[in-house]
Amino acid sequence: MPEKIMIEKKVLSENDILAQELRKKFQEHSVFVINLVSSPGSGKTSLLEKTIGQLNDKLNIALVAGDVQTENDANRLIKAGGKMVRPIVTGGSCHLDASMILKSIEQFDLAKIDLFVIENVGNLVCPSSYDLGEDMKIVLISTTEGDDKPLKYPGMFRRSSVMIVNKTDLLGFSDFELHTVKENAKKINGQLKVFELSCRTGDGLPKWFDWLVEQVAFKKSDNW
Amino acid sequence: MHELSIASSIVNTVIQEVKTRNIKSVSKIGLKIGALTDIVPDSLQFGFAAITKNTELAQTKLLIEIIRVKGYCKKCQTNFEVMEFIFICPNCQSNDINMNQGNELEIAYIEADE
Repeated sequence: MPEKIMIEKKVLSENDILAQELRKKFQEHSVFVINLVSSPGSGKTSLLEKTIGQLNDKLNIALVAGDVQTENDANRLIKAGGKMVRPIVTGGSCHLDASMILKSIEQFDLAKIDLFVIENVGNLVCPSSYDLGEDMKIVLISTTEGDDKPLKYPGMFRRSSVMIVNKTDLLGFSDFELHTVKENAKKINGQLKVFELSCRTGDGLPKWFDWLVEQVAFKKSDNW
Repeated sequence: MHELSIASSIVNTVIQEVKTRNIKSVSKIGLKIGALTDIVPDSLQFGFAAITKNTELAQTKLLIEIIRVKGYCKKCQTNFEVMEFIFICPNCQSNDINMNQGNELEIAYIEADE
């Protein structure tokens, strides 16, 4: 006679335990942590190059760049002036998990970091299930993609706190409509904060920089 | 295609349970998967079959229960089922919605032969 045994255990409980460990470590040193996600080619690395260029003097920024293969993204970030950059080559895996981040921070002194950026693998599906101990997920989408992407990938847009629309300089060259993408995103997640910018022309970047600096200061404050 | 990683996490957890509870064989694994987890049941079945081939779980069946997404309107306190992932209150049209269920990814039970 078969017996039914109740387990009621999260499938990713191991990852969640490590993510909580990470969150605690970041919290101890008041490090603000973002998990940047997007499709391949939306401009994650470009945005981070610009961010390093502008904020390197103000903030101590550490970055880990996940890629399926090559350390190209990490090399671009170093070239842009990144002082603390580590690649994570997943060797085929479509997402980063908490154990990879835990391993990567061994090489950093968290006490000397204000902002920790995780550039996830370009993918809007798989990374959404894996908590990396971040304060927030930020989803990037560009105007050369479909403006219905939030509806196609609701999991990621629901779990993100911020949506950045990149490549606004190319608006009008495709059928992508800014108001449509925002409408679609708000249907999935009404609380999503939105930035519109172009890494190429620099349009809209100052608002993003200011907000990021504010968030870092907020994490260090007693109100966090 | 992270279903393979998910399948492998399931296998690790179940094998641990088999050891600690001294179970002879597992005939079924009952999973609860929220509709918003972006997990494709067929891919998960495929991944599970692939990694358990020629192992003690080769004959084990995965039973997947999909948990629908439910929301709670913070403005008018209405509980409702979220259709097609549109988080808008059917009563007052507010988009300030908490999610009550639909994020699950858990092993609910196993059926075992002692």
